[in-house]
Amino acid sequence: MRQRSVIPGFGLALGTTVLYLGAIVLLPLCALVLKASDIGAAQLWTILSAPRTLSAIRVTVGMALAATVFNAVYGLLLAWVLARYRFPGKRLLDALVDVPFALPTAVAGLALTALFAKNGWFGAPLDAIGIPVSYTPLGIAIAMAFTSVPFVVRTVQPVIEDLGADVEEASRSLGASDFQILRRVIFPAIFPAFLAGCSLAFARCLGEFGAVIFIAGNQPGKTEIVALLAFIRLEEYNYGAAAAIAVVMLAMAFTMLIVTNLIQSWHLRYVGRGD
Amino acid sequence: MNNRIRLIAIAAAFVVGAATPTQAQNPATLLNVSYDIARELYVEINAAFIKSYKAKTGQDVTINQSHNGSTRQARSILEGLEADVVTFNQVPDVQVLHDRGKLIPKDWAKRLPNNSSPYYSLPAFLVRAGNPKKIKDWDDLVRADVKVIFPNPKTSGNAKYTYLAAYAYAKAKWGEGAKTDDFIKQLFNNVPVFDTGGRAATTTFVERQTGDVLITFEAETNAIRDLVGKDKVEVVVPSVSVLAEFPVAVIDKFADKHGTRALATAYLEYLYTEEGQTILAKAYNRVNNEKIAAQFKDKFPVVKLVKIEEEFGGWDKVNKDHLNPDAKLDQLFGAR
Repeated sequence: MRQRSVIPGFGLALGTTVLYLGAIVLLPLCALVLKASDIGAAQLWTILSAPRTLSAIRVTVGMALAATVFNAVYGLLLAWVLARYRFPGKRLLDALVDVPFALPTAVAGLALTALFAKNGWFGAPLDAIGIPVSYTPLGIAIAMAFTSVPFVVRTVQPVIEDLGADVEEASRSLGASDFQILRRVIFPAIFPAFLAGCSLAFARCLGEFGAVIFIAGNQPGKTEIVALLAFIRLEEYNYGAAAAIAVVMLAMAFTMLIVTNLIQSWHLRYVGRGD
Repeated sequence: MNNRIRLIAIAAAFVVGAATPTQAQNPATLLNVSYDIARELYVEINAAFIKSYKAKTGQDVTINQSHNGSTRQARSILEGLEADVVTFNQVPDVQVLHDRGKLIPKDWAKRLPNNSSPYYSLPAFLVRAGNPKKIKDWDDLVRADVKVIFPNPKTSGNAKYTYLAAYAYAKAKWGEGAKTDDFIKQLFNNVPVFDTGGRAATTTFVERQTGDVLITFEAETNAIRDLVGKDKVEVVVPSVSVLAEFPVAVIDKFADKHGTRALATAYLEYLYTEEGQTILAKAYNRVNNEKIAAQFKDKFPVVKLVKIEEEFGGWDKVNKDHLNPDAKLDQLFGAR
């Protein structure tokens, strides 16, 4: 027997979803791939193996990784604090986490640049001890970390809330140490959400443009990100090359999401077997 | 019967009456799509033009402005932004509207005086007050102790002129070859940040206090000096620079579609009138009208200006030799 759903008609609902995804997401992506395939495999390889493209990919992926590692630690901590403790100003802190979502990324980029420039509040002392931030790869990582931290917090937080303190109490009554509880009970439960959050954050870092171009020096080979390189190719009316670079970014993001999904399903099976 | 005719007549009168005033009241609207740093200039020009046009024809007009990097603007138009006129800062961005979109005729540059360029400017320097690093000419920009700010030459027309001016300077000194290439590479090496547009570079220099010298159009250097004060920055005009044309054109396809050709033409012609040239010169743009140029000659130091046509053999050749993908600029800019 089919269960009655609140939204009418499985067929209608699925049809609408597929149509929407097809028209808004898949069609433009297909157009992108088609445009990139216009230029032919040999030229595609020339574009992608050029030192400038490679170094842009290296900077983008490297800094995205750095930002994601930072967010994995800091975002998890933030999610834990928000889910487990009660303290004055918690609501405000909870709301603040979403600010990077709501803020136009260009505004975020300008604000971060002002803070971290040589004459900025953070930039001046950092520069004095020999750590320039603005216009260096470090600045790129900071901008990426800023715009992507909500992904980790917002995916992990509800899972921690759902977990409930009783699970910890039960483990403790069975004789588990704090570390064992963390490793054997809590972490396996939040791991899929944590991984999903980190991979979303990483994907966002790869594609970040607005916030990064203000704080990055945009020097070819040093602080030029992949998205800017695609933009530069567009400015040259070189649509094929721009599409080729975009397809690489797309492939990177897609591969990563697939890998994440595989790890998650492996983990679920693993946890299931442990039961 | 009689009543019915009267009714129809009244109804007809209403229809006609309703239709005619709408057309008269509906103010003609013009969209001027322009380059990044021209916002303030065209605010002023538009206000003056609207007044002058009203006085001449009795018609009210509205002029909308759009500003961004001029190549990006050209691309927007090719992708469907229905501009009535463009006022750009480099010839290739107008030319592309013919080459790729057939939106304007091939001979667009001949339709107005001076290659359809009502004013011109040149890349000049803006340095910190008192010129602490003693920056006088292009040579000084490649010194190890000097940090230079200009936008990304791949995304900004403004910075393309800077590149060409520096290249012309080096070429005059050493001819084409390794020495000139090294000079340009060294210049790029001294730039800590390449913003995507002229205004962003200005912000980097003025607000972030980054760099010792900003290179941008002479008009912009003077405007910044007026804005932030003589106690903060000063303008330095190098011995030689490249003449930067600011081409304008009616976009035939869209102006005809909107029925705004006459207005659009009048708008661009206004830039050549004494009134228009005065506004332009007051905003530190160099003008060709001799009377106005003489009137403002104290504002504009003498400088040797090289022309793209004479020095580089025209824009087609500049594109081919320097600006196209993997041409000279990419080689020197990307391969550092």
